[in-house]
Amino acid sequence: MNAPVLCDIPITVERGQREVFCGLTGIVWLHRKMQDAFFLVVGSRTCAHLLQSAAGVMIFSEPRFATAIMQEKDLAGLADANEELDRIVHRLLQRRPDIKTLFLVGSCPSEVIKLDLAKAAERLSASHQGRVNVLNYSGSGIETTFTEGEDTCLDALVHAAPYTDQSQLIVVGTLPDVVEDQFARLFESSGIAEAAGKVAFFPPRRAEHIPAIGPNTKFILAQPFLNITRRTLIGRGASHIPSLFPFGINGTLAWMRAAADAFDVAEANISKACEAPIARAEKALAHYRETLAGKRLWFMPDSQLEIPLARFLQQECSVDLQEIGVPYLDRQTMNSELSCLPQNSSIVEGQDVDEQLDRIRKNQPDLVVCGLGLANPLEAEGIITKWSIELVFTPIHGFDQAGDLAELFARPLQRKQRLRV
Amino acid sequence: MELALWTYEGPPHVGAMRIATSMQDVHYVIHAPQGDTYADLLFTMIERQQRRPPVTYSTFQARDLGEDTANMLKETIKKAYDRYQPNVLMVGESCTAELIQDQPGSLARGMGLPVPVIPLELPAYSKKENWGASESFYYLVRYVLASATANISANSSPHSKEETLINAKPRPKANILGPSSLGFRCRDDVVEICQLLDQVGIEVNVVAPLNATTPQLHRIPDADFNICLYPEIARTLCVWLEKTYQQPFVKTVPIGVGATVRFIEEIEAITGIDASSVKQIDRSRLPWYARSVDSTYLNGKRVFVFADGSHAIAAARIARDELGFNVVGLGTFSREMARDVRAAAAEFGLEALICDDYLTVEQHIEELHPELVLGTQMERHIAKRLGIPCAVISAPVHVQDFPARYSPQMGFEGANVIFDTWVHPLLMGLEEHLLHMFRDDFEFNDSVAPSHLHGGEHGGKHAADHGGKQRGTQARQDTTHVDTDYAQPLVAHNSDAMLQDQPIPTSWTKDAENELKKIPFFVRGKARRNTEAYAQSLGQSEISIETLYDAKAHYAR
Repeated sequence: MNAPVLCDIPITVERGQREVFCGLTGIVWLHRKMQDAFFLVVGSRTCAHLLQSAAGVMIFSEPRFATAIMQEKDLAGLADANEELDRIVHRLLQRRPDIKTLFLVGSCPSEVIKLDLAKAAERLSASHQGRVNVLNYSGSGIETTFTEGEDTCLDALVHAAPYTDQSQLIVVGTLPDVVEDQFARLFESSGIAEAAGKVAFFPPRRAEHIPAIGPNTKFILAQPFLNITRRTLIGRGASHIPSLFPFGINGTLAWMRAAADAFDVAEANISKACEAPIARAEKALAHYRETLAGKRLWFMPDSQLEIPLARFLQQECSVDLQEIGVPYLDRQTMNSELSCLPQNSSIVEGQDVDEQLDRIRKNQPDLVVCGLGLANPLEAEGIITKWSIELVFTPIHGFDQAGDLAELFARPLQRKQRLRV
Repeated sequence: MELALWTYEGPPHVGAMRIATSMQDVHYVIHAPQGDTYADLLFTMIERQQRRPPVTYSTFQARDLGEDTANMLKETIKKAYDRYQPNVLMVGESCTAELIQDQPGSLARGMGLPVPVIPLELPAYSKKENWGASESFYYLVRYVLASATANISANSSPHSKEETLINAKPRPKANILGPSSLGFRCRDDVVEICQLLDQVGIEVNVVAPLNATTPQLHRIPDADFNICLYPEIARTLCVWLEKTYQQPFVKTVPIGVGATVRFIEEIEAITGIDASSVKQIDRSRLPWYARSVDSTYLNGKRVFVFADGSHAIAAARIARDELGFNVVGLGTFSREMARDVRAAAAEFGLEALICDDYLTVEQHIEELHPELVLGTQMERHIAKRLGIPCAVISAPVHVQDFPARYSPQMGFEGANVIFDTWVHPLLMGLEEHLLHMFRDDFEFNDSVAPSHLHGGEHGGKHAADHGGKQRGTQARQDTTHVDTDYAQPLVAHNSDAMLQDQPIPTSWTKDAENELKKIPFFVRGKARRNTEAYAQSLGQSEISIETLYDAKAHYAR
């Protein structure tokens, strides 16, 4: 254990068993966002089983993802893995003529055997010229942690983006359509859209419409797990607008202001445009403050949303933060957020799940935010939990979702009060 | 490579997890990359287990690959042993670790831990979950018994002698082998079968692996015979126990009234016990309910069965012999059970579908137009899409497969549960009759569906009347489901129609179309398809009232 210091908050680094999803899980929401894209994992039966288990609730829908399961003969070199992959992609594209973008998604086994998916994507793009754009990224557990799979996916899209020197604002990170539309209206009414020239959301709703990027592109992150994408965007000449993330009133207002500053939009315009949504958010939040105020909260490391959400819950719902676990910490991305946390916050980077559970038992928090593998066992011990996966599937960004976000944390506490069994 | 949208079975190490989690004092260390811990949620969310599965993962990442992953694994093993103090440690690897070849089993055995360490080598690129469970269970028992002969054998025999003196005529003892965590209704089947054995006069010696401890596994050889309750998990072990300890094993899986009786007969043959008082089919309500007049409408309902091997075989026999259905398709995703399922299918004059490709199974169901699907959760979704009633009879499990109430599949009570679960999704007999009688009543129209089926429109008019057409369009829209041979419009796949390679387009005269509308909506789709197929087989392009009734006579059953 060592403790580097940042913003005066000591960060504890822990190593041991990690209890987190791998980056493949991102496919579950990415394929819903980009409805013309198909995600083909090149991996093992474990990968297919993970996707199925994580996406269990979505089994009704037509899946636009699948796994090319490698078999003994692919590993033994009896079958040329590249030929096999071409055959599968061909079959898939025949079956799905509506697919315009195909992501080949690398997995732990494909990376360990060093199957070159970048080359495969190039080859397949060429052979299906014009019909489908084939991209690749890694969602493997050895390279990516849960939401980091979105980061590597968006990074691949940035590499494929055309060039423009047009002035524009790009909002980076998957948001539900309803939230995008709300933000788009705020950008309009505040004058940011006009000052920027154009506002685009990234990823686009259709993967074939990748926004062009260039030196007059300014971008703001809507999600806190896009470190690689941020660096690549900067590499393409775009400039990053640092900000808090748009969770809760404070986060969303700071985010709007940062965007306004970047395009020299007057503060008064922002105040005016945000006035009504803020009033609504205040009203919605008031319902849950009573339930949440003073409650001791514990974040297990999971989606990278932990730090911004902890900031929201502490500042706007008066919760008491016990421990904030994060799977990994990019200090540049999180800098603004960290400076808003109380000085005595306990932040743990990495994970040793057994040790963490011991600490939970010792500290008896009122609510633990954790993954699906841990929730019921903790509940059985009498500790109330909130499944973190819901935070990546539910609209939680922006003013009009601030109340919904608080409700997600209040619900298990209120349930505890209701039940007499 | 194999293209998979949904899978029936997980990887083999998940099978090993099911064995470790079933046991009370076993811990399993898996050399696996970060992310493989997802499997914990199967136990905590689907089965609603109150404790974490007793599994520790090394969760290596890319940066560890450059260093010493073997050492990392050794630390993981040591920490897991110190923390959990299991009586037995199983050590294995997942698919990725198999590629980096750290040999976790031999590493662990070299660590000098004071408990048996079982190395599990489960090839992830050729085998699957049930095989992994079966191998893990087999090795677990073998290793435990091997350590037992070294330590315990000396003082175990006087104990059994003493017991014999006290109880002049002891009841024969049986082990129940195979029930496991994430198995289909295992929790309740064990209760049901223990009660049944008690009534027959058999003492249950050990139930394993579900809720067993390793000291209990030591006692497995004390039994007179074994019951192989779930062959997918326990057959390998039962065969070995028979060879090693001369313990015969009961092979019938007691699902259904007939199978329960045969199960008891097998026990009678092994033990010489007369269990005729227990072997009464009227101990289940199924036989009477099936004979009850309202059940006559069940005659010849076309049923498609797809499940793990033992549940598929049992379901097909119940469907035919105990409910009077016609089994039109029978298959399994378990290759280990392929031989048994093929043999059973032959009894029905069918060729078994041995396949773990969800799309192929879906295609078979679409082509066979069954009236009831008995399958897994996958088939439930297929059936839902096609508007066909369905009952779930087998793993892979879903949270709904762990009902709060007691609902076994096995024994006489299991047969009661099966009657209810399979018959309720079908139109109730009287309801069907009334719908027919009142079909012209203003309150009845084509959109009236069975009151207990959701999405009435799908269950009723669309699926029945426009079934063929709707499927055709749907297949074109949902292009996932379009295979090359789907591109043609779907035609009836009755055996006669199959003779036609290229369907001739058929048109209905106005009179014939009106006549068709008089047929109750729930059989109208079939009537339309059959008539079209019949017309095509004769090379007729126009369908008149005559053709409709000719076809009706042709297909009369």
